[in-house]
Amino acid sequence: MAVVNTNRLLRHSPRSEFIAGIRAELPILLGVVPFGMIYGVLAVGAGLTVGAAMAMSSIVFAGSAQFVGVQLIHAGAPGMVIVFTTFIVNLRHILYSASIAPFLARLNPRWKWLLAYLLTDEAYAVTITRYNQEAASPVKSAHRHWYLLGAGLAMWSTWQISTAAGIFLGAQVPSSWSLDFTIALTFIALAVPALRDRPSVAAALSAGIIAVLAFGMPYKLGLIVAAISGMAVGLWVEARQLSNGHRHEPGDSR
Amino acid sequence: MNVWLLLICMGLVTYAIRLSLIVLIGRVNLPPIIQWALCLVPPAVLSAIIFPELLMPGGTLDLSFGNLRLLAGALAAAVAWRTRNVLLTIGVGMVALWVLQVVIPH
Repeated sequence: MAVVNTNRLLRHSPRSEFIAGIRAELPILLGVVPFGMIYGVLAVGAGLTVGAAMAMSSIVFAGSAQFVGVQLIHAGAPGMVIVFTTFIVNLRHILYSASIAPFLARLNPRWKWLLAYLLTDEAYAVTITRYNQEAASPVKSAHRHWYLLGAGLAMWSTWQISTAAGIFLGAQVPSSWSLDFTIALTFIALAVPALRDRPSVAAALSAGIIAVLAFGMPYKLGLIVAAISGMAVGLWVEARQLSNGHRHEPGDSR
Repeated sequence: MNVWLLLICMGLVTYAIRLSLIVLIGRVNLPPIIQWALCLVPPAVLSAIIFPELLMPGGTLDLSFGNLRLLAGALAAAVAWRTRNVLLTIGVGMVALWVLQVVIPH
């Protein structure tokens, strides 16, 4: 038994894990390329310099937050509001951090710091799938962190290259093309599949309506107020369902 | 705020969230209410952005058929609902807006 396990462990080298991570990430990257390019076009359109637009991709490295950030910069929102909005938009990563933490618990701090930087939606999605499969099988890889590194670096380089391409193109696209509309469309494409149950629909509807009502709030605070109110309404609906005896597992509506 | 300082703050906030539980705790179970609240972040934040973009393109509420972004956005939402395909949603919505801009005088 021990011999078999050792042999199988040997098959999982850092290199093979790294490459497997890259491979798993590739199909997702097909969708990331246009998304990154749209970001680049918008960032330039919003008045960011080429350097700042590029730097946001490598410093922040979070698609949705970058879209929202660019939009708020364009609208002239104060820095504190933009930073706080970034916090809210990226809060979902706490879930990723929590669910991936047990698999990385034995790593030294340097690995943890590096992998945390690479923990995007896309890298998380393929990695957690793999880790959960592995958890269910008797064979454990001692190098599984290399898998996340491969997926994360594949995502990172694709994001940098595609946003750079968008930034380059952005300078050439005339404003009559209304490319800024792609922000709303991108968010529609991401939001609709998230409407899985009554609490999420309630959260979305109330956040949207409050965002319209609160549009005139100073410092562009309307977005935050609307998002937090929408979450509160969603939780309230959730609590009512629970008290009415509906079963609901946390995480269902992700 | 200086744009570079802003970028660094945005980056730090994002990184701190991603790092938080990886470093703090080996195995953690967030209380259910926190998990539910986190699950509601995407629909709440996204629609708080979408609604004003579609309903008040000029900065004021416009529920008329002259609001091309609302029409194109509604079509895109229908495509998203049926296909769950991000690229197709963006493509259909964008083409719809261009066609409407040509067809309907504004």
